[in-house]
Amino acid sequence: MTDFTMKTDADGVAVITWDVPGKSMNVLSMDGAATLNGLIDEALADDAVKGIVITSGKRDFAAGMDLNVIAGMKDQGGAQGVFDGVMSLHHILRKIERAGMDPKTLKGGKPIASALPGTALGIGLELPLATHRIFAADNPKARIGLPEIMVGIFPGAGGTTRLVRKLGAMAAAPFLLEGKLSDPKKAKAAGLVDEVVDDPLAAAKAWVLAAKEADLVKPWDAKGYKMPGGEPYHPAGFMTFVGASAMVHARTMGVYPAAKALLSAVYEGAQVPFDQALKIEARWFTNVLMNPSSTAMIRSLFINKEALEKGAKRPGVPDQTVRKLGVLGAGMMGAGIAYVSARAGIEVVLIDATQASADKGKAYSEGLMDKAIGRRKATEEQKAELLARITATTDYAALEGCDLIVEAVFEDPGVKAEVTKKAEAVIPSDAIFATNTSTLPISDLARASARPSQFIGIHFFSPVDKMALVEIIKGRETGPVAVAKALDFVRQIRKTPIVVNDARFFYANRCIIPYINEGIRMVAEGVNPTLIENAAKLMGMPLGPLQLVDETSIDLGVKIAKATRAAMGDAYPDGAVDDVLFWMADQGRMGRKSNSGFYAYDDAGKRQGLWEGLEARFPRAADQPSLQDVQHRLMFAQTLEAVRALEEGVLEDIREGDVGAILGWGFAPWSGGPFGWLDILGAERAVAICDRLAKAHGDRFKAPALLRDMAARRDSFYGRFGAGKKAA
Amino acid sequence: MTDAFIYDAARTPRGKGRSDGSLHEVTSLALSARLLNAIKARNNLEGHAVEDVIWGNVTQVKEQGGCLARSAVLASDLDERIPGLSINRFCASGMEAVNLAANQIKGGAGHAYIAGGVEMMGRVAMGSDGAAIAVDPSLAMKSYFVPQGISADIIATEYGFTREQADALALESQKRAAQAWEEGRFAKSIVPVLDQNGLTILDRDEYMRPGTTLDDLAKLKPAFKEMGEMMPGFDKVAMLKYPHLSHIEHIHHAGNSSGIVDGAAAVLIGSKEFGEAHGLKPRARIRATAKIGTDPTIMLTGPVPVTEKILKDSGMAIGDIDLFEVNEAFASVVLRFMQAFEVDHAKVNVNGGAIAMGHPLGATGAIIIGTLLDELERQDKQVGLATLCIASGMGAATIIERV
Repeated sequence: MTDFTMKTDADGVAVITWDVPGKSMNVLSMDGAATLNGLIDEALADDAVKGIVITSGKRDFAAGMDLNVIAGMKDQGGAQGVFDGVMSLHHILRKIERAGMDPKTLKGGKPIASALPGTALGIGLELPLATHRIFAADNPKARIGLPEIMVGIFPGAGGTTRLVRKLGAMAAAPFLLEGKLSDPKKAKAAGLVDEVVDDPLAAAKAWVLAAKEADLVKPWDAKGYKMPGGEPYHPAGFMTFVGASAMVHARTMGVYPAAKALLSAVYEGAQVPFDQALKIEARWFTNVLMNPSSTAMIRSLFINKEALEKGAKRPGVPDQTVRKLGVLGAGMMGAGIAYVSARAGIEVVLIDATQASADKGKAYSEGLMDKAIGRRKATEEQKAELLARITATTDYAALEGCDLIVEAVFEDPGVKAEVTKKAEAVIPSDAIFATNTSTLPISDLARASARPSQFIGIHFFSPVDKMALVEIIKGRETGPVAVAKALDFVRQIRKTPIVVNDARFFYANRCIIPYINEGIRMVAEGVNPTLIENAAKLMGMPLGPLQLVDETSIDLGVKIAKATRAAMGDAYPDGAVDDVLFWMADQGRMGRKSNSGFYAYDDAGKRQGLWEGLEARFPRAADQPSLQDVQHRLMFAQTLEAVRALEEGVLEDIREGDVGAILGWGFAPWSGGPFGWLDILGAERAVAICDRLAKAHGDRFKAPALLRDMAARRDSFYGRFGAGKKAA
Repeated sequence: MTDAFIYDAARTPRGKGRSDGSLHEVTSLALSARLLNAIKARNNLEGHAVEDVIWGNVTQVKEQGGCLARSAVLASDLDERIPGLSINRFCASGMEAVNLAANQIKGGAGHAYIAGGVEMMGRVAMGSDGAAIAVDPSLAMKSYFVPQGISADIIATEYGFTREQADALALESQKRAAQAWEEGRFAKSIVPVLDQNGLTILDRDEYMRPGTTLDDLAKLKPAFKEMGEMMPGFDKVAMLKYPHLSHIEHIHHAGNSSGIVDGAAAVLIGSKEFGEAHGLKPRARIRATAKIGTDPTIMLTGPVPVTEKILKDSGMAIGDIDLFEVNEAFASVVLRFMQAFEVDHAKVNVNGGAIAMGHPLGATGAIIIGTLLDELERQDKQVGLATLCIASGMGAATIIERV
């Protein structure tokens, strides 16, 4: 069994079918590429073959390159290994493109078309782009595009060079720089594919038999080719390229190497003939792959994210697919949970104290579906079906038959205990009860349950329909079935789970709060707030700490601070933070929701600049810290908390720590997460920075023993705990 | 070491650098050659009288390409044994030509040079020669490239200059230039541009707007706001480099930035022996020269560090300088210079500058050296300093001293 097979029909069309054994989606391996190469050679040499069609034996064409293979190229051969590997792919695709024609006369080639039954991503599009004509099935579910940039690399098998030459730099930009995916019709309109037809294989065969020699010559191989939109030193192209660097630089904050390298490959490649451009593309691709950031991004955003979604942490108990879900509390969170569950086909009972509140919670789903219909992402039928799955009621009896309950009522242990009891009185004895608390210890809430082993925390992030992470929290007595249930539920609603143990603020909030606090603490010290916010963004944080607290609301911050202070007593370390936070609350500046916070907002709620009144109360210090000092404080505030969570066993797996940080609060994705960042930095250097920060700013920056130990042994997190190795 | 003296300084009037500008019909070659002829005629430079013609020019493509310096020599009445060197240090090219010539003389490589430059901005568009720093992503991002107008606005933001201050400086430039022309203060330097029949094409700077008022200036829209804030958003690149800035104040516009014009200038520099051999009287000694590289993003702050350097190198203090010429590329450049050295505006750009009269890139450095010398002579002062900000983050300066 090989990944590609070939069969020549009576008309002389050799059909090469891509069908990787044992996989639901085709991905390209180096062995597969070698097989394809051999078949192309054979077909080109065979006089009986008039033309070639490349298609898939599966529902889709291909999902791309096997990223594990790419990671392997680097591990085995270093830069030379990557470059040689990529050049060997270029060689095969270029052979397909030239199809045996004489490079001077451009005559004598055999037509080669591709027939895409469905999704074609990454090399699944780069390969068709090398053929002479692309036929895609009229399949609105198919996704066509080059998403490589999303995992920290860029299309490196000629996709960058071909697409820019086909569309021009400006038109290719959204596909290359943003990884934009399209359905077949949009892909045709954009010029990614040539035809959308009912039967792409038949159409491709017919085209191959009718094709003339001129149809096989790519514009860039023909005489007098000019790049659409102009090359970099053409007057129009000049402006495009000046703007492109500025926009990419601003959007990536200078921290993502892939976008920079991609742009250089485009710029340098545009000035030379096609084959030189491919070499340039390969050199920049190699450069990106050798960058530790791309390794970290592929690891967290692709390999480990997928592993967690596929149940890397799931206990070995039978399938726990959720059939009927009860959601207690139809507020913002409950309504969101009901929506994502109903969208996944789960029957939902949405309960609140009054029918009006329950209805309002259901109306939230209606609103989201209306928006989706407006954007043509959903139909009226889908909306009707989804709404039919949600029963909004005040009646707990409706929970009968629910196999999972998610409680999302007010953050008050008394209220939570009451609804727990009321629900457990109705639901089956083997049902699992989950609480969506973000602050209260699971083990304490479990006391209200008659079945603590079936009690678990499922912590959603707001807004539920947008945030990809779900944090599952095991209480002291939580059993494996409850964990499996929570994981199966998260898989059903197509989100990414992490499983952590019960401790104050669990994992995500435990790391976010010190980040926010460190920003506020600097305000109290008189650090320029603009510097604080920009320092965070320049590290690749999506939101500065002050904007983040504005978004989550300042009164919530006050509430958490008061509760924490009550719990910790004299050991409470954040008095300086509270001076600012409480003062802001006293001013009535509660953040975005009050249209006033660390930032000023206009009447429409649009964020303006940082609030100028801040400086009057907390005057600017004469000596401002360096950018790096501010960045180190903001980054170590988060990462040291992640290390402590690992040390304390709250976090069981650094993969979850990294994936959770990126998806949960946008932690510098370029770094692969807090542990990825510390590995890039190196434990020794990290400890040295911590020592300096602790001396200057306090014990919260003291390096945890684990980090010190790693520095002493010159160890790395992924070296010690990587790929499922248990925390020590 | 040999001293280098200025024997003559001449310039053409500056024409509007547009298709309806008076010099638009004149080629870069013809303008250069006619100015060289004027220098030759004014100083009787028969035969192999000078070692070289060093010609500053920024946009060296098309008619300004192919070593325009040598072409200009061949097109002029100068002896063909005089070669020709085109150089480009952006806005300071004309000054660098003078400095290079002076330093060669000081070092004993030749007794005399004609140094200057030309830029026909209406004929060969600025930027049409390309620039890797702007388009090559590997450098554009490494150097945090932004266009000069954004840099000028960054200076204003960083050093706290307001639109009102910039407009006031622009107005003063117009007033001073108008008065200088009225009183004939440029008479020594101006060489009218004549055609091949001896008919006058232009004999006066035509870019000036002497009737300008503060109200007129206040009405002008900021020129770099859109490219900064919208497409492609250069302010964000500035923020990456200067994260303490919350926003960029866009205070510059067509009225407080230098004008796009056509023009040329030339300076005759020689040793003492050269003057004696040709019966010429030296007007000033070139006392010191300097150049420096600076932060390329804020780009235009070069006049400050290069002035610090030239003073230090020559053992002088700011108080030793009687008059200054600081090229008015943008108002904030001059404001920053005066702020940094606490010098009185009365001593700076006494006869106006590039905001009023225009900035023919390759020529301006030589123009302001000539203007400075004329004014030192008019006021009977001794020492003057000329300096320019330069694209890609550089600065250049020259100190001259009357003899």
